[in-house]
Amino acid sequence: MKASTSHSINVSSSTEHLREVRNFVQKYVQQFDVNKNDLDEIILAVDEAYTNIIKHAYNNDPNQTVKIELGTSTDTLWVQLSDTGFHFNADEYQPPDLLKRIKNKQRGGMGVYLINKLMDSVEYSSAGKTNTILMRKRI
Amino acid sequence: MMKHFTITKRQEEHIAILEINGELDAHTAFQLEQQFKTLIETEAYHIIVNCSNLEYIASAGLGVFMAYIEDIRNLGGDIKLSNMTDGVYHVFDLLGFPSLYDIHRDESEALNSFNTQK
Repeated sequence: MKASTSHSINVSSSTEHLREVRNFVQKYVQQFDVNKNDLDEIILAVDEAYTNIIKHAYNNDPNQTVKIELGTSTDTLWVQLSDTGFHFNADEYQPPDLLKRIKNKQRGGMGVYLINKLMDSVEYSSAGKTNTILMRKRI
Repeated sequence: MMKHFTITKRQEEHIAILEINGELDAHTAFQLEQQFKTLIETEAYHIIVNCSNLEYIASAGLGVFMAYIEDIRNLGGDIKLSNMTDGVYHVFDLLGFPSLYDIHRDESEALNSFNTQK
């Protein structure tokens, strides 16, 4: 269940807006009286989810839009990001092996792993053309 | 407008020191990448990245360290990290970096560890 008090923004899908996205999250999550550590973790999780949408859902096309909404319900803070790009298949996701990636000079692929570590629950869903990631953290 | 991410480069004998300042994310990561490329081109393989003024890091920033560490170690050097704030260290730690990277409390400790390897 989502609470009635929520905040949202629509942002173009470009890394140049990352700072704006982080500032949006900081501004509103702070109002929910969360501790600094939780605040930092929520900001990073949203950064990673937004970056993944830019790179993977929209293939770096800056002319697309990402909707970001956040709010609280009882003791939980939730953030939802929506896009209309390629769907992320969470079932096929494998956690990264850092040593192997370094040996193969691979980068990336760490964002989803980080989101799972930072948040208490993460759900991916698709309805029509819209994909959403809903992340929750107990505060 | 103030830049969100800047790099200051210094040299301490044969060791290149990069002070990274601000916010390292998917938008600013290329700046660090270009520095590593330049260092490799100029055969400067002994590198310390001083993170004392690094306020924020996302996985795109960590990805730059992942992409260059193997090459630099194969060339006889290393990328050592120092002076991380607790918040920045927490992100490195979540991804398992401390077991694979040489992370030091401060720059002089990182310098010493290069000098004892000589």
